[in-house]
Amino acid sequence: MQQNANPPDNTDTSPAPRSGGARRGFLKVLTALLGTVATVLVGVPFMGYVFGIRKRRVYWVNLGPVSDYTPQQTQLKTFDNPLKQPWDGMTAENAVYVRYEGKDEDQRDQFLVFSVNCAHLGCPVSWFPQSELFLCPCHGGVYYADGAHASGPPPRGLYHCVWRVRRGELEVRAPHYPTLHDTLKQTSVG
Amino acid sequence: MKQDSPMMQHLKHAAAWCDHRLGISEVWLPMMRHPVPKSVEGPMGWWYVFGSASLTFLMIQILTGIGLAMVYVPSASEAYESLLYLDYEQPLGWFLRALHYYAGSGMVVMVLVHMTQVFLQGAYKYPRELTWVVGVFLLLCVLGMFFSGQILRWDPDAYWGLAVAGSMAGRVPFLGPVIVHTLLGGDIIGGESLSRFFTLHVFVIPGALLGLLAVHLWLVLRCGVSKPPRPGESVDPRTYDAEYEQELKNGVPFLGEAMVKDMLFSALATIVVVLIASILGPKGPTDPPLPTMGGANPRPEWPFLWIFAMLALSPRDVETFIMLVFPVVVIVILVLVPFVSNRGERSPSRRPVAVLVVIVTYTALGVLTYLGATAPWSPKMHAWTGDAIPVSMVERSNVSELVGSTVFQYKNCRNCHALDGIGGRRGPDLTDVGTRLTRDQLIDQVSNGTPGGGLMPAFGKQITPAEMTILVDFLVSLRPEGTKPAGWATPEPSLGEAPPQAAASTDDRDET
Repeated sequence: MQQNANPPDNTDTSPAPRSGGARRGFLKVLTALLGTVATVLVGVPFMGYVFGIRKRRVYWVNLGPVSDYTPQQTQLKTFDNPLKQPWDGMTAENAVYVRYEGKDEDQRDQFLVFSVNCAHLGCPVSWFPQSELFLCPCHGGVYYADGAHASGPPPRGLYHCVWRVRRGELEVRAPHYPTLHDTLKQTSVG
Repeated sequence: MKQDSPMMQHLKHAAAWCDHRLGISEVWLPMMRHPVPKSVEGPMGWWYVFGSASLTFLMIQILTGIGLAMVYVPSASEAYESLLYLDYEQPLGWFLRALHYYAGSGMVVMVLVHMTQVFLQGAYKYPRELTWVVGVFLLLCVLGMFFSGQILRWDPDAYWGLAVAGSMAGRVPFLGPVIVHTLLGGDIIGGESLSRFFTLHVFVIPGALLGLLAVHLWLVLRCGVSKPPRPGESVDPRTYDAEYEQELKNGVPFLGEAMVKDMLFSALATIVVVLIASILGPKGPTDPPLPTMGGANPRPEWPFLWIFAMLALSPRDVETFIMLVFPVVVIVILVLVPFVSNRGERSPSRRPVAVLVVIVTYTALGVLTYLGATAPWSPKMHAWTGDAIPVSMVERSNVSELVGSTVFQYKNCRNCHALDGIGGRRGPDLTDVGTRLTRDQLIDQVSNGTPGGGLMPAFGKQITPAEMTILVDFLVSLRPEGTKPAGWATPEPSLGEAPPQAAASTDDRDET
């Protein structure tokens, strides 16, 4: 924009320079102060809204009676994830791999429950009972039947879900989307 | 000239009234008619059309985007249905979806070509450094639009694309879980994730893009269009401004002759994408986004295939670095370009390093993109049932080898190993493995896998001794007719070695 050279009306100079100086200074400070307060009042709740994290609820998903599982066999179990929102549609339909390990010395049922998400980048692994391997279609991560890393780029084995047996039924804690620093085991139950 | 009608007079009066207040002829017209160097009007001007073509594609994206938003439902439970509705029921919905995809692809191409031209012709040098920097962030916005747009196409690629994005973000130390939650909007991939990406795609990134674009265009006006480079003409910040001002004295107005090439090229580019969109039709959606559906084989969109390839090919130990630090390094390098060299020669014929950088970069991107598209590292999940063993490989087999071949298929070996070029390509093609590995080496390889955590998993626990014996029988038999099986290099008096012209190549398999 064009700069006016020496405007005839000296609008810049205040009518009473000395007496008004303090008042103007106060107004400036007040404006800066109120401006900051107003910005914080809007900004902080907004940031809290965008970055806020709800407390993750603990739900247990029933995966059927233990008697349905054959020892040393792995199967895909699907369920409606209770962590969903009502508008999630079919994306709330999640799955885990369940392997029944039989009973331990104390006659307690032992299971291995894995997330279907590859520990590399989250793609869905497929179970091949013939070679007893999980294969990932994305970058070729391979896991053994116990979920341990067998080959390929994953930095760790499959994510283990938390499970329990109640009244002869296998229950698994509703899994969130697991990532390297937020596995399915970390969050405390209860 | 005849007298204007009263109606015309009123209109002219209204136009003058508006012009007085808006300052169109006082501010905007001079701006649009700002002079550009005269040689832009010549054949060299054809190098200057890619920026305006990107802008043209952006207008198409805004137009088609508005159209699509009128029908598309950004809800996880209805997005897929609304896409099918757009493809099959909404009049010309298929066309808008197709055009949105191909004009978006065209925009990525044009932005890259524009950037390459600016780089090669040194147009980013003084005083246009900031124009380049803003351009780098515009490129990031365009790529962000492409990624977020793919998520809105709510199919398995979108769902698993979110999974990949979440897993990458989840590798950030300490803050990872918070970033993942912010990205996905909740604990699982679902409606909240889609809403977040809808917001990104429709509000956040376009807002940033248009804001940056305004700055970019303002900088073009303020710093002027660069003069087409000539070998020997050097940029010196101390004298450049005066030289450029002198140059503009013979300049031509931008809004006029110089713009015709831009308009012609933009029109051609538009016609090409419309044709491509009409012929190829909308992209997807493929299957419904059902997380439990087996056989999902997610792939990123084409601008990201090179990253997909890099992640598959890099060693495990540096992968997190490549995911989290490498993109930042690339952006920093791009931003630093005009600060590393903002003076000197502009002509590519005098800047061999710049030309070399472009050639190497595009070769690398091209090769990685090709690899990403073919993904030889991905196991072929259905090869073990889908790809039969070539008859020529078993027609002379004995019983043990024949049954061994079924073990080979049944144990899913084929998912990673091709025979005669058919099958997975994660591991080596085993067509003539019998000439390369001895029986003992094969047993060791199958039992223990590749030593040191290599590509092949160990099968020792998943295979019985009997299966192992016949599997290796089959593998040793895999060699061209008449060739001997692999043996140790040390010369030993071999017992019972088959004559070179052995009728059955399998006779000598037990020689060791």
